[in-house]
Amino acid sequence: MQYRMTKLIGKKLITLIMTLFLVSVAAFLAFQIIPGDVVNAILGTEATPEREAKLREELGLNDPPVVRYLHWIGGVLKGDLGRSYRYSKSMNEMMPVAELIGDKLPVTLWLAALAVLIIIVVSIPLGVLWAQGKSRFLDVLFNVLTQTVMAIPSFFLGILVTYLFGMVLHWFQPGGYVSYQTDFWGFLGYLVFPAISVAIPKIAMTARFLRNSMLTEKSADYVRTAKSKGCTDRQVMYGHVLRNAMMPVVTFLGMIIAEIVAGSIVVEQVFGLPGVGRLLISSISNRDFPVVEILILYITAVVIIVYFLVDLLYRVIDPRIREM
Amino acid sequence: MKRRISVYFMTALLLMTALGGCAGGTQKPSEDKSSLESTVAESSQSTNTATEPVYGGKVVVGIQQDMDSLDPHKATAAGTKEILFNIFEGLVKPDPNGNLINAVASDYSISEDGLTYTFTLREGVKFHNGNNVTTEDIKYSLERASGLLDGTALISSLSADKGGITKVDILNDNTVQVSVSSANLELIYSFTAAIIPAGSGEDPEAQPVGTGPFSFVSYKPQESVVLKKNADYWQKGLPYLDEVDFKIVNSADTALLELQGGSIDVYPYLTDSQATELQGKLQVLAAPSNVVQALFLNNADETLQDVRVRQAICYALDRDSINDFVFGGNAAVVSCAMLPTMQSYYEDLNSVYGTSGNAEKAKELLTEAGYPDGIDFTIQVPSNYEVHMQTAEVVAEHLNAANIHTTVVPVEWETWLSDVYTGRKYQGTISGITTDMTPGYLLNRFQTESSKNFINYSNADFDATYAKAAASLDLAEKAGYYKELQKLMAEDAGTAFLSVPPITVAIKPELEGYTFYPVYVQDMSVVRYK
Amino acid sequence: MGKGAMGKFKNLYFWIGLFMTVIALVWAVLGFFWTPYSTTAMSAAEKFQAPSLRHLFGTDNFGRDIFSRVMKGAGTTVLVGTLVVLISGGLGILIGALTGYFGGILDEFVMRFVDAVNGFPSILLALVMISILESGRHNLILSLGIVFTPSFIRIVRSEFIRLRDADYISRARLMGVGKLRILFVHILPNIFSTFWVSVMIGFNNAILAESGMSYLGIGVLPPNASLGNMLSDAQGYLMRAPWYALAPGLTIVWIVLGFSLLSEGIRRNAGEVSGL
Repeated sequence: MQYRMTKLIGKKLITLIMTLFLVSVAAFLAFQIIPGDVVNAILGTEATPEREAKLREELGLNDPPVVRYLHWIGGVLKGDLGRSYRYSKSMNEMMPVAELIGDKLPVTLWLAALAVLIIIVVSIPLGVLWAQGKSRFLDVLFNVLTQTVMAIPSFFLGILVTYLFGMVLHWFQPGGYVSYQTDFWGFLGYLVFPAISVAIPKIAMTARFLRNSMLTEKSADYVRTAKSKGCTDRQVMYGHVLRNAMMPVVTFLGMIIAEIVAGSIVVEQVFGLPGVGRLLISSISNRDFPVVEILILYITAVVIIVYFLVDLLYRVIDPRIREM
Repeated sequence: MKRRISVYFMTALLLMTALGGCAGGTQKPSEDKSSLESTVAESSQSTNTATEPVYGGKVVVGIQQDMDSLDPHKATAAGTKEILFNIFEGLVKPDPNGNLINAVASDYSISEDGLTYTFTLREGVKFHNGNNVTTEDIKYSLERASGLLDGTALISSLSADKGGITKVDILNDNTVQVSVSSANLELIYSFTAAIIPAGSGEDPEAQPVGTGPFSFVSYKPQESVVLKKNADYWQKGLPYLDEVDFKIVNSADTALLELQGGSIDVYPYLTDSQATELQGKLQVLAAPSNVVQALFLNNADETLQDVRVRQAICYALDRDSINDFVFGGNAAVVSCAMLPTMQSYYEDLNSVYGTSGNAEKAKELLTEAGYPDGIDFTIQVPSNYEVHMQTAEVVAEHLNAANIHTTVVPVEWETWLSDVYTGRKYQGTISGITTDMTPGYLLNRFQTESSKNFINYSNADFDATYAKAAASLDLAEKAGYYKELQKLMAEDAGTAFLSVPPITVAIKPELEGYTFYPVYVQDMSVVRYK
Repeated sequence: MGKGAMGKFKNLYFWIGLFMTVIALVWAVLGFFWTPYSTTAMSAAEKFQAPSLRHLFGTDNFGRDIFSRVMKGAGTTVLVGTLVVLISGGLGILIGALTGYFGGILDEFVMRFVDAVNGFPSILLALVMISILESGRHNLILSLGIVFTPSFIRIVRSEFIRLRDADYISRARLMGVGKLRILFVHILPNIFSTFWVSVMIGFNNAILAESGMSYLGIGVLPPNASLGNMLSDAQGYLMRAPWYALAPGLTIVWIVLGFSLLSEGIRRNAGEVSGL
């Protein structure tokens, strides 16, 4: 068992590294094709040929692409993530990518944490209540409600949340984001509302998923067996059905977590949050290659690791898989 | 519409006068003080004594663009320069009326032949790090900006091969003599280049240190630039505020929400509809910008080579309606590359093609040029500029009505820069060009060989006249040449100039003193709480 | 919950969904040929008119009739959704069928790739692709089409694996029916109920992705009207002209909801209770 686990982790680690490498090459190639370059983006319409040449030299853009890539990945392997082409740290130095992303990451992670918390707290009771099928009215209501929520474009939802909570109820100040470094609680208080916007459609999806999963489980043989053995409905529901029904839901939640941690681009944009999603968009349009590369690697790593954790959790919840 | 704009201008003018006055008491303006300025100073003296100015407090200014550099010599984006204006100063600096005032220099003189500039260092000017500014610092800064240090001019107008600096000599502890390669009346505007501590341009750790009214505290990409009061500022009594935060807002729409909610206090880039929305809730002020918006025509394009086709396009545009739709009537319609506010240089050429659209005349010209069925025309527009995108929609309507079958192609800004601006691969494009305080700045780029001549305009008369203008040492003569240049270009229909859009600023009611400049700066030193 | 009651409701979903979808489609298709007003004609005198009998959905910042523009925009949006689904569904069937039926090393390789792509947030992937290809309608369709392909591959593949060993297929194989014939004549028609549902989900996702990307300025760009870019244009006028945002916003909700209900109805008719 122990040995198998180590072997599994080792195998996954190799996959992770291989994938990251392939993704970094793909992203690098993509950057060679994108029209427009960082020198144009920085100097704009005031560019002079001399300034352009100098900047190109400073950023090391005169090297052939392969050399640049090797130089970059060599640095990354040594733990040096490189420097942004676009953002300054001081008068003469560019911002180290690690510092830039490190600064934005907490915003996205806290947003993700809050959103996931909201999703779990709301969607699971909702799904269970729904699956009990006590009232036909409730069934139809939930169905139509969740379908409608899922039909709203995410930024429209963000705007609606802003208007309802910000402009009508005055529960928060739209655009009043404060940095976690200056006022942590204020920061968290502001994040609640973007988190709600992220969570709403996911709640609908998760609740639907859980409900369907529970209905499938309810019709399984062991439920009838348990009932015939004299277990109450309640015991069956929470002891057996919910536990088994949670399995696919965990995978589903994993997917959702990976998606949110990777950056809720649209919601960050609507609420003016300086998270990694926004950094990614602006870095792509600035042609800020070092930042984009690291962000894409980050997202890839998050996705793979979250899936792996889900996989592990699976094995813990369901003993059957352990032996497979 | 017309009435509103005049109200704006009055307000703006009043504000300017009030401020010009309070600064006027402490500083020594350059010799060529206009008569307007002196009356202004007198009239506002009385307002000043009536209420004591309030000191202290913090203001958050919303800005749209992130900083492109923290180095005042390297920064090129208008959005960066308008902030750095508060931190750095040159030997001279612009004032709200478009004149230069002495800053780090307390006085200067230019030799008869225009080839030697002598600057006297102002006594007691300190950098934010507490050190006194020395002539060494001035020499270093000028050499760095002009490329004498390492061969690359950071400010191209100061480079020796463009008529800029060839030598900087320290005459004594407070006098610096600068030699330039050719006489040019407009060169003095380039001495607004920031003075920075000697050596700081090579020190990798250096934070931005200047002599301006505010000192740099921190910068966070995509978030904010924080400045605090420079208590040792040489202009006594300034600045009023203790802290200024420039907050980078990610879109005009969030900015509107933030203004209403109070998380930003000043926002200088309102669109017309936002201004209408905020009217009555916040102070909304407008002034002409220093941008000329145009439908730029690629003169080297196969179809557009024919002057009649270009003229047809100019005739077809209903520029008044563009002004109404996009700028709420607050822009100034122009037909040349000159700001109407530069009165002595500006030539009103709006009558050449008219401003309300003449589709019939356009069709006639097209037929004459051999296109009785009209032409196909593609306009590329940088999609991140909502104003240009909206303009394109209106322009397409007008052109289509004149048988110029128009396709609008939105492109990303970076692609625009590389393909349209640098690569010159386009037919037409809607964009804006920004000027500094030198009147000839916008005309300069349309010389045949200019690297900025992205419309491929080529007219030997124009080039010759420009050379004469640049060499002229007489202001009136120079102005005459500039007017001639504008006429030449209009007759050629070199490009379809549209308008000078307004800058519209929202300010929270508790604040006063906001001042417009003819260039893009946010002078926070004069802003104060009531 | 009795079977009869279920039956009634599943039909209700189906009929309501069908009703909404048909209306939306007729409206959108009509928009290609006829609109009450020109979609581009501007009128300074009619800027920001509230909804009235003359302009059912009011007018926008250029005085254009929003009803007409929504019709046109719905057409573009439906077209984007349809083409995206055609591309991704087509590729999905082709690749999914081959890998599912034959398995082997190719299958392993494709699935690794599919897993990797599926994990990525789709809007992000499309964003990266769009930056390479340049914004615009065609590239948006192409990017979304490619981004959505893996999920179709996965669904088609699992259906093919399920049916590969079914009795009637084994029998057909024994009778010497050609491989391609088995794939596309014997198996394919049998996966349609499952496939149809994912087509509708894909269609909805494409519409939602288009609106999100238009908001970020990389989707369908003006002067082409799509519901997504109308909605993001309207954002600046929310307080002055709320109808400008509501018209395209609610139209998106209408189309997407119609399709969701329809697919729910179809699924219930098929008697399935799994998945989304």
